[in-house]
Amino acid sequence: MKKIYLDYAATTQVDPRVVKAMLPYFTQRYGNTMSLHKSGRDAALIMEKSREIVASLINSQTNEIIFTSSATESNNTVLKGLAFANSGRKSHLIISSIEHDCVLESASWLEKQGFEVTRLSVNKTGFINLEELRKAIKKETFLVSIIHGNNEIGTIQDIEAIGKICHEKNVLFHTDASQSLGKVNINVKKMNIDLLTASSHKIYGPKGAACLYKKEGIIIQPLLHGGGHEMGLRSSTSNVAAIVGFAEACQILKNEGKKENTRLIKLRNLLIDGILKSIKRTHLNGPKEKRLSNNVNISFRGVEGESLTMELDFNGVEVSTGSACSSRTLVPSHVLTAIGLPPEEAHGSIRFSLGRWTKEEDIIKTIEVLKKVVAKLRKFSPYG
Amino acid sequence: MGNLYSDETLKHFRNPHNYGEIKNSSGKGEAGNIICGDVMSLYINVVKNKKGQEIIKNVKFKTYGCAAAIATSSAVTDLVKGKTIDEALKISKNDIVDFLKGLPPIKIHCSILAIDALWEAIYQYLTKNKKTIPQNLIEKHIRIEKGKKQIEERYKSWKK
Repeated sequence: MKKIYLDYAATTQVDPRVVKAMLPYFTQRYGNTMSLHKSGRDAALIMEKSREIVASLINSQTNEIIFTSSATESNNTVLKGLAFANSGRKSHLIISSIEHDCVLESASWLEKQGFEVTRLSVNKTGFINLEELRKAIKKETFLVSIIHGNNEIGTIQDIEAIGKICHEKNVLFHTDASQSLGKVNINVKKMNIDLLTASSHKIYGPKGAACLYKKEGIIIQPLLHGGGHEMGLRSSTSNVAAIVGFAEACQILKNEGKKENTRLIKLRNLLIDGILKSIKRTHLNGPKEKRLSNNVNISFRGVEGESLTMELDFNGVEVSTGSACSSRTLVPSHVLTAIGLPPEEAHGSIRFSLGRWTKEEDIIKTIEVLKKVVAKLRKFSPYG
Repeated sequence: MGNLYSDETLKHFRNPHNYGEIKNSSGKGEAGNIICGDVMSLYINVVKNKKGQEIIKNVKFKTYGCAAAIATSSAVTDLVKGKTIDEALKISKNDIVDFLKGLPPIKIHCSILAIDALWEAIYQYLTKNKKTIPQNLIEKHIRIEKGKKQIEERYKSWKK
């Protein structure tokens, strides 16, 4: 049975071109960037080259890119690093209610340390209200952090307008672009972004590499103290091979991203229309427009999401669910709850996320399999 | 999640035994878990055997829930089929967990749902036939009924 992987929002297969670019940095060019000798200088040089490539994809300066190990680390660095830097002066931050857990949990932790957090509501399709944001900003506010493309329902926020409001009010603006990089053109200068998080493993690069764009002049406190790597903001021996891979993944996006997205949007719409037309009692979560090119999120009434995910898996289709049953805490996804989805609708929600190796035939096969397994599970269900 | 399920649980999830409804059943039990949202209906048919004991001759279920909820439903039907009412009331959640060769800790509550539905079906049978209801079963019924009302409210738009 051929496997159909539709969970690219969870992680992606590393592009073979990326693997090829990384390989020499394990066995031949393995130097430590801090060493003075040639091996060390080689490593430092390729790090700077990689920094240039990543910077160029988002139109930042090279010295504004800090490499980290994960988007979680970048987001933690922004929230906690800025909170510490503002300690004793400003004490309020604003996030949305549909952030990734690493932003939500960092904010909740800061709350316990005495900071004040505002969580902006979202409408039925997951967009924040710009007026609510404007009103929430006060003189104590040091940061607004709003996710760019939502990982569950695909909503793409109007980042440029959000950044404009923040700048009018003299507040720093951070966006988590882990899901949107490569799906949406990002220009940090034009889009009024002060800080941005991006991750390698969501764009066909290796796990263990990510970055934080920090506009020149912004002062943050590091989370990791030590040898002073990454301009003193992130001590740790540089993971050169992974960062070379991350840069190569960015270069591929720069060359091919536009074409890839046109293709993905076509496949995404094929999947949405196919499911809604051929399976009764289904509906799309998230917006129709301004949606990540690879994201589909559908609720299937009368069927529970974990059962459906597992039954699809037995049929070779790999997806994820927002169902309470699949969570560690037995509560439905906070994103689906924030868009006002009642628990019973969240209970049967499935996220399909497409990617570089998704083919039209995979979409057609997925719809066929879905018809079969939804009918099977509905047979067992009192609401079937 | 799924990758932690035992092979036996997966077997029952993929091919559950005794699913469906029994028309004119001797008793129907409904139970719901208000936290996760899973719902189960269990139908029993009771007949007297040659010794005059009341036996659960037939049993069927319908479940809306995760793989563990479906597997525990299937398991409880296997466990009660052919048992007397007294024996059925002695089946515990641990019997279900053992029958499935283990459940992930976070899924143990699914086995409680199956037991609740069974108790409710027996409660209804005893009530309908004006038989003596053990005190502990009455107490359980009051608890289960409370949760069921909340669950019914949640899914009322789905009812056919």
